Amino acid sequence: MHILKLIFRNALRHKLRTALTILGITIAILAFGILRTLVNAWYSGVEASSSTRLISRNSISLVFSLPLSYKEKIRQIPGVKGVSYAIWFNGTYISEKNFIPNFAVEPKTFLELYPEYLLPEDRKTAFIRDRKSAIAGRKVAERFQWKVGDTIILKGTIFPGTWEFVLRGIYYGAERSADETQLFFHWNYLNERLKKTTPRRADQTGVYIIGIDDPDQAAEISEAIDKTFKNSLAETLTETEKAFQMSFVTMTQAIVTVIQFVSFLVIIIIMAVVANTMAMTARERIGEYAIMKTLGFGGWHIAILILGESLIITITGCVFGIILTFPTAEYFGKTMGSFFPVFSVSVITIFLDIAAAFFVGLLAAVFPTWRAVRIQIADGLRRIG
Amino acid sequence: MENSNQPIVTIRNLTKSYRRGIQVIPVLEHINFDIPEGEFLALMGPSGSGKSTLLNLIAGIDKTDTGTIMVGGLDITSMTETELARWRATNVGFIFQFYNLIPVLTAFENVELPLLLTWLSRKERRDHVEMALQMVGLADRMDHYPSQLSGGQQQRVAIARAIVTDPTLLVADEPTGDLDRISAEEILELMARLNREFGKTIIMVTHDPHAAERAHIIRKLEKGILNAHSQTHL
Ligand SMILES: Nc1ncnc2c1ncn2[C@@H]1O[C@H](COP(=O)(O)OP(=O)(O)OP(=O)(O)O)[C@@H](O)[C@H]1O
Ligand SMILES: [Mg+2]
Repeated sequence: MHILKLIFRNALRHKLRTALTILGITIAILAFGILRTLVNAWYSGVEASSSTRLISRNSISLVFSLPLSYKEKIRQIPGVKGVSYAIWFNGTYISEKNFIPNFAVEPKTFLELYPEYLLPEDRKTAFIRDRKSAIAGRKVAERFQWKVGDTIILKGTIFPGTWEFVLRGIYYGAERSADETQLFFHWNYLNERLKKTTPRRADQTGVYIIGIDDPDQAAEISEAIDKTFKNSLAETLTETEKAFQMSFVTMTQAIVTVIQFVSFLVIIIIMAVVANTMAMTARERIGEYAIMKTLGFGGWHIAILILGESLIITITGCVFGIILTFPTAEYFGKTMGSFFPVFSVSVITIFLDIAAAFFVGLLAAVFPTWRAVRIQIADGLRRIG
Repeated sequence: MENSNQPIVTIRNLTKSYRRGIQVIPVLEHINFDIPEGEFLALMGPSGSGKSTLLNLIAGIDKTDTGTIMVGGLDITSMTETELARWRATNVGFIFQFYNLIPVLTAFENVELPLLLTWLSRKERRDHVEMALQMVGLADRMDHYPSQLSGGQQQRVAIARAIVTDPTLLVADEPTGDLDRISAEEILELMARLNREFGKTIIMVTHDPHAAERAHIIRKLEKGILNAHSQTHL
């Protein structure tokens, strides 16, 4: 026999109590994991953004556009490798519920600046050639079961009317962090219609996307761009793509903080539950610990018994929790895919799960251990019978 | 008893009191007491007279206020907690009124428990445990859990646990207090045998005059004072 055997048998003594405690930990770890994944998903746009891309927008607000004539001027600024432009179109597919991020872009330069969106060569040319075409990310195509050649109709919101596109390609993300939920179509297609309907809105773009060679030069190039358009009708505000994405996230920073806080709260609550279980357990066994001490076992033997039992319970719960986290995250990813382009459990989350389980297991055992170790044998024996 | 004039336990000027709040309750007062090696001694006396307290002190699981207790030539009152634990593990076997087996361990595992503190190999441990269980006549019940054994059988497992480390001193606090007459008789016979054949020194606290008759000496404790006039059999 090994002392481990005694620890296991002790853990199985009150099967219902142990099972319920394990269930509690499983749920806590699951909740913790999902909440952490949610926070990660929130920041995924930032993570995915490249440090070799700058975004230039109207300095007043994103709502205002920039003239297309800036393109050539930006291209001439030293350090700039390529320039593309995009408009946040915000068209609705069938119903408002089906949120798809969609943009009007200049296809050729756009795809050059976003090498993480992978598209077979022939599809790419087909997209660039066909003025009325669009490409969509893998996830969104799967979600609506779109195939290449399908006609997709968007209802305009910012730009009224009905807009028809032929799907010429489905792109894949080169990295896991790449957003596969978007739809892109030709800026030209939008512009031509605007020329006819509302000429004053034509020949404009929402943002410029600027490719640079050296990320270390981002600040200087941004400054150079903004200086070029200083005192013109539309001044620019240029920043790295990361900073640009971040400005969306910070709007909801408070919510993220609350979620993070709740995720740790869950751990603290489960710690109280496990501590209670261990306190009950140790109290019931005070007599047995006294007997073991009588036989010559030391305080640290008793400590191992209690700590070991506590850890077995928390680690078991943790393992179940981690196992359940993956399918749950996948489910969430599917149902909320359009809000969170990337919803996957990170390795760090798993590490945090394990660390939390150890932390809870150790801390919950501290007080009962201290009491059991401290008790006088004669007093402990007196409690039997 | 060849060594009977050489005491294994020597108690000098022992006092012990308990504190309950600010109240001090004297339990044992100026006890002077020798127990020769190989003795089978019964400690009797009314409830609350301090029998268990005295037994616990001799066995090294309680602390004296003043006085010394020498066991086997060692002053156990000057030992640290850790030293005492190690000393108990090899020198004292304990038998309690309520058997005090670990319920989640089988008879075999309960007896093996004290051996986990030794350097014996798995096989050596197995041999020792089997021998001890054989001695108490329970070799066929090794895989039973305490709840599957009668009171008398549980007490025999407890005795096997007490002797498995081959200690010189066995202490028993009302070992038959919870048993019917026949089971009690078996336990007493077993203890007498351990004393007779294996030379174990036994100190047994008991209320039962019938049980006390199995001992060689009966000492009476009255209000914390050891009665000088003890009956002696043999
Ligand atoms: N931990 C303690 N705290 C306070 N008082 C105690 C403690 N242990 C024992 N006592 C008191 O010391 C006295 C002697 O107790 P002890 O258990 O030694 O008696 P006993 O002779 O074994 O009695 P019994 O025959 O009922 O077992 C009693 O009055 C008891 O209440
Ligand atoms: Mg007593």
